[in-house]
Amino acid sequence: MPDGTSILEGVKMSTTLQSSTTEIEKESKPGFNWQSLSPYGFLLPFLIIFSVFGIFPLLFSVFLSFHQWNPVEGLSAMSYVGTENYYIALTDPWLWRSLKNTFWLAITSGVAQHLVAIPVAYVLVSMSDRLRHWLTSAYFLPFITSTVAASLIFFNMYSPNSGIINQALIALADSSYLGWAFGWVNDYQPIRWLENADMLKPSIAFMVFWKYTGFNIVLYTTGLMTIPKEILEAARMDGANAFHRFWHISLPMIRPFVFFAITMTIIGNLQLFEEPFVLTRGSGGTGQAGLTISMYLYKVGWEWLEMGTASAISWLLFALIAFFTSIQFIFFGKKGLQGH
Amino acid sequence: MKTLAFLKPSQEVTTFLTKAAMVLLATVLILSAILTVFPFIWSAILSTRDRSEIFSTTISFALGDSLAINYQRLLEIMPFWQAMFNSIYVAFVGTTISLLFCSMGGYAFAVFKFKGKSFLFAMLVGSMMIPPVLSLIPYFLIVQFLGLLDNHIAVWLPFTTTPFGIFLIRQHVVSSIPKELLEAAKLDGAGEFRTYWSVVLPLMKPALATLAIVQFVFFWNMFMQPLVVLNSPDQYVITQALRSVQGIPNTPWGSVMLGTTISLLPILITYVCASKQMISGLTSGAVKG
Repeated sequence: MPDGTSILEGVKMSTTLQSSTTEIEKESKPGFNWQSLSPYGFLLPFLIIFSVFGIFPLLFSVFLSFHQWNPVEGLSAMSYVGTENYYIALTDPWLWRSLKNTFWLAITSGVAQHLVAIPVAYVLVSMSDRLRHWLTSAYFLPFITSTVAASLIFFNMYSPNSGIINQALIALADSSYLGWAFGWVNDYQPIRWLENADMLKPSIAFMVFWKYTGFNIVLYTTGLMTIPKEILEAARMDGANAFHRFWHISLPMIRPFVFFAITMTIIGNLQLFEEPFVLTRGSGGTGQAGLTISMYLYKVGWEWLEMGTASAISWLLFALIAFFTSIQFIFFGKKGLQGH
Repeated sequence: MKTLAFLKPSQEVTTFLTKAAMVLLATVLILSAILTVFPFIWSAILSTRDRSEIFSTTISFALGDSLAINYQRLLEIMPFWQAMFNSIYVAFVGTTISLLFCSMGGYAFAVFKFKGKSFLFAMLVGSMMIPPVLSLIPYFLIVQFLGLLDNHIAVWLPFTTTPFGIFLIRQHVVSSIPKELLEAAKLDGAGEFRTYWSVVLPLMKPALATLAIVQFVFFWNMFMQPLVVLNSPDQYVITQALRSVQGIPNTPWGSVMLGTTISLLPILITYVCASKQMISGLTSGAVKG
């Protein structure tokens, strides 16, 4: 999510733009001033790329969402169909199924990420710099690696008979020490993590959890490190135990970080594409149990070649993301942004 | 409460318990760190094994001796080095041009006053709110209009002026390049471009390094955009090539894992050398917010 990570920064900066101090006043010369064009010269690449690949296509996709068009047949094959694309999309059971899947995945993996990341970060900050750095580096590793590569590895690890996950579970169930706790798992072997419609979503969610928890741990660790040591020390002297210090001091003080991290998770998880795409071999899984809204959009546009309907779906998805992000802003944003 | 004071554990006991808890927590965290990294190690182990070893039903962490055979098979099932080369090309060209374009844009927003600045800046902010999946169709359409389908330019050029990059540079120039320096350069007779190129650009190094990391990781890992615009196997980037062999019957997992492991190496090696910079770079947008 290279574009998403800086939304807050952008919002903040747009308000401080006017008060920027390094601006250079241009001397006004009589006649046409070529110098006044130089800022546009510097901005030229941005302006061209932004209008060609940003604004124009976006406007065009609004237009397209009211047309029927198969991209293979060329531009002349485009015909006006009114709101039919939206109607087709909204009445397709696959859309609702994929929406349901997307929410399930977003909530399950999202909640788990934050419930694990915050306590882990809290423990990490009390450790030595060296150990903390090593652990953080390990947790962060999945975030920087290619999702496709990682999904292929998980695809292999999830395989029913030869996958390491099932093998490990069998080994645990058969072991003399832990057999009492894991024995029941053997009744379900071989577990079909990716073939069974009930197991597919948890399997995808687990991989998403694995990939992004490290990112959140880093965010929260950074947040917790900004809390002045004196405050925590003072609370400790007053008799607050570790849990109280966490609940009443640390957690409220990292609220802006929590707010930001959760916003990122919402936006990212609603667009989940590569993990389910590779784990279900592009099919969406048994009974479309792993079909996300982004995958559905891809299928409609590039497999069924209905670009008009796909555009309509992308605008529905946009409305959805905008809706949930603004709810998040309205209910938690004010407090979240104010911080302590 | 005084009467209950004797129930309170003594200082030593508390310290001991805290220490024991910390050791336990540290053990749990270290174990989970190992589990987090495990899939990558596992993929490296699998890439040395033959079919029967991969499909055996007993757990073993031993290396096999089929690395050479897997490598040969890898070259048969996909144009592996061609795809690696394509990815390297896209990542290097894309990152270099990003550094140039973003530094120019960020510099302009930081230093000049001009008509439409606030409007352009608002557009920039607005465009960050548009998730990548949404722009997938418009992106595909414009690439098709421009006749750039199956062309690598389509994969790197549209992503060279990221709002994140422009912000990052703007912020850096505003906060750490003194106005006096720019004025001095002007008094010495340097033109606008020269001031940017020989005075400001060398001072932007830390911000450029961060941007380079973010962009390189993005270009190296990208999948969705190449998937919709690159069609012929010779043009595939590495993520596409790897994913394309997932569908072939009797997937030769040793070879696929070997390819996967090799494809991870450029990022992994960079990470081992500069993990601190990479972590702070890739979370910089978030943390400064």
